[in-house]
Amino acid sequence: MNRVYLDYNATTPVEPQVLDAMLPYFSADFANASSIHTPGQHARAAIETAREQVAALIGARPQDVVFTSGGTESDNHAIFGAVNAPITRPINFPTNSVEARERRWLISHTRHIITTVIEHEAVLHTCQELEMLGVQVTYLSVDRDGLIDPESVRKAIQSGRADPNLPEAPVLPTTTVITVMHANNELGTVQPLEEIGRIAKEHKVYFHTDAVQSAGKIPIDVNELHVDLLSLSGHKLYAPKGVGALYVRTGTRLRQLLYGGHHQRGFRPGTENVAGIVGLGKAAEIARHSLASDALRISTLRDRLERGLLERVPHVHVNGGLAPRTPNTTNIMFAGIEGEALVIALDLKGLACSVGAACSSGAVEPSHVLTAIGLSLEEAKSSLRFSLGRHTTESEIDFALEIIPAAVAQLRALSPTYRKEATAR
Amino acid sequence: MTTATKFDTLPAREETLRGLIAIAMSGGVDSSTVAAVLQEQGHPIVGLTMQLWNQRRLPELQGDGPKQHRCCSLDDVYDAKRVAQHLNFPHYVVNFEEQFEQRVVRPFVDQYLAGRTPIACTNCNTDVKFEPLLRMARQIGAERLATGHYARIRKNEQTGRWELLRARDDSKDQSYFLWGLSQEQLSRSEFPLGELNKEEVRALARRTNLPVAEKPESMELCFVPSGNYVQFIQAYSRDAGISLTAGEGEIVTEDGAVVGHHNGVHNFTVGQRKGLGFSAGKPLYVISLDPEKNRVVVGDDDSLRASSCEVTGLNWVSCELPEKPLRARVKIRHKHEPADATVAPLDSTTARVTFDAPQRAITPGQGAVFYDEDRVLGGAWIR
Repeated sequence: MNRVYLDYNATTPVEPQVLDAMLPYFSADFANASSIHTPGQHARAAIETAREQVAALIGARPQDVVFTSGGTESDNHAIFGAVNAPITRPINFPTNSVEARERRWLISHTRHIITTVIEHEAVLHTCQELEMLGVQVTYLSVDRDGLIDPESVRKAIQSGRADPNLPEAPVLPTTTVITVMHANNELGTVQPLEEIGRIAKEHKVYFHTDAVQSAGKIPIDVNELHVDLLSLSGHKLYAPKGVGALYVRTGTRLRQLLYGGHHQRGFRPGTENVAGIVGLGKAAEIARHSLASDALRISTLRDRLERGLLERVPHVHVNGGLAPRTPNTTNIMFAGIEGEALVIALDLKGLACSVGAACSSGAVEPSHVLTAIGLSLEEAKSSLRFSLGRHTTESEIDFALEIIPAAVAQLRALSPTYRKEATAR
Repeated sequence: MTTATKFDTLPAREETLRGLIAIAMSGGVDSSTVAAVLQEQGHPIVGLTMQLWNQRRLPELQGDGPKQHRCCSLDDVYDAKRVAQHLNFPHYVVNFEEQFEQRVVRPFVDQYLAGRTPIACTNCNTDVKFEPLLRMARQIGAERLATGHYARIRKNEQTGRWELLRARDDSKDQSYFLWGLSQEQLSRSEFPLGELNKEEVRALARRTNLPVAEKPESMELCFVPSGNYVQFIQAYSRDAGISLTAGEGEIVTEDGAVVGHHNGVHNFTVGQRKGLGFSAGKPLYVISLDPEKNRVVVGDDDSLRASSCEVTGLNWVSCELPEKPLRARVKIRHKHEPADATVAPLDSTTARVTFDAPQRAITPGQGAVFYDEDRVLGGAWIR
């Protein structure tokens, strides 16, 4: 069967040039990058080249790039690390609280995180875990287009001061880190990071962004955005799965997440995944060079798909369509259908796209992002995400425009809710 | 090999040979074999596994120690996926948690709390499997839905009706749970195992090397894997904010004499003898439950017998609503030997069933299914 893949936000194929760059490091140049000998030095050199390539993609200094196992680890490291970092400001510890347990309690109970309701689970669940440990978390809401208001960030920042009513809890939590995703995985909406970054800088609060969905799609400069911490993932930008990076601005106090050997200055131990890192580096280099032309070509195709569906299918709506978006993503609500059934129907016809959030069994749960932008549960369930990529062609979009309207019509004919909705409009 | 011969000569339903058939796959040996059978007959197939209940919802019901077999456990989903991979056909997991809770779990608990003994499987068939799942099957382009039920469907060319029949293997027959299906539902359904017995199904599973060929059968209600209904009802009620009947009540005889105390009518079912919490000279059974007075009524074996009952929620399957009383063999619980009776419709939804001989423990909440030989004429809920 001819298959068309419109799910690049889920993952991307490894670029052939990337694969070629990686292959020697599996067998021929297999050495451990920590080894003193010449083969080890070859591997080390390859990693350092990759570090430069990744740094160049985000306008960072190479020494500020740490390689990880992927976006999830990078997010965990940034958030846990910023919250657990040693306290630098003098706070009112009771003088006798020298016990480690008490100290830990105090650390978590004096920290505050600001994040948003539309983050990826890697950020959301990390914040929720910290909340269980006593950290205070503010989840900023978004508008109908999935954007947060930078001023709401400013309002949420806490400075941590003594609470006269609670002498045994000597301070109120201090905002330690702001974590706001760059581009949303489901909607493609791009947050105003520059303004948020400026506010964070003004208040001397660390600023982390999950840039997994934006890296390689839109330009990123960590200095322009004023971010201190940035996560990215290899497999979303045509590198393999299982490799990612965390940017840590020099001077950022971050506790490490993993403990072990002295790899990556002991900050992120574990023998480096040399082939994966080389692949990430190569992919970053390709992305840097082709970003502008890719963006133009892909957004043209995306707009063609979007317009085509709006013309051919009644009662559709583009979710987050009014916000700035990544060039490749469109999220469309088809009123009155079960998104889950539509994804299956399309897959059976050879078109791969996605709906909601997959749970561990593979069943679909309604997306928290779509309900956060004000969609009802029904509307969220009837929304599908199409994400295009570097290899998407015009004829693939034509194929999508041919089969989607037919599949939607078939579903609506059997939908108990559609007729009602259609007449209500 | 006899089973192979038999299998090879399975009656093919010609009209189905064209289109796509969706298979409701639980991950068990029966529904997996359905996939093998239909594929061998040359049908294009697609597997659908329903995610029905989230076990994490009521964590107190999960014991420590080794993981027990659970409903909608990931193991079952993976088993279904392995079968699909083995036979090489598309398979998807679909989420029906919301519908399952609304249409099966909640009514199940409500019925118990109302002093009745419900059958969740019938609701699940009528209101989930052959309703939203069948609809989804059709929405994704399938002409019909096949399941691993042991029963048969046949079109009566004279009456034009779709008829539901017992399975060939009487010991596996599940027609008792399927009386609620409408003509539309039957016309879109397929039970390929209806002609086979359990041994033949196992043999087929082995012959096609299904990864689940040796998997043991699950007997318990799927969302109460421990079999402990009382514990489930308590945990669910707490979670859903349903208040249980106010604590202790009386156990009385038919003439109202108090003979003991109980801790909630939902702990009892009609016909129950054990667990009454007291001993009497002669064997005593629960003969009815009165949730309003919070009473459990007990009596001897004789008072447990009755020769008639009223039924409601009538559904006529293999025949239309009869104009006059109808003779049938009526089955009042899954393991009941159908008994001769007269079914007299009172209106379109209710009827009175009068047995030729008194029946033991006619239990409110169970189904009464009317048979004519192998055919299911219809059924209803015992009031």
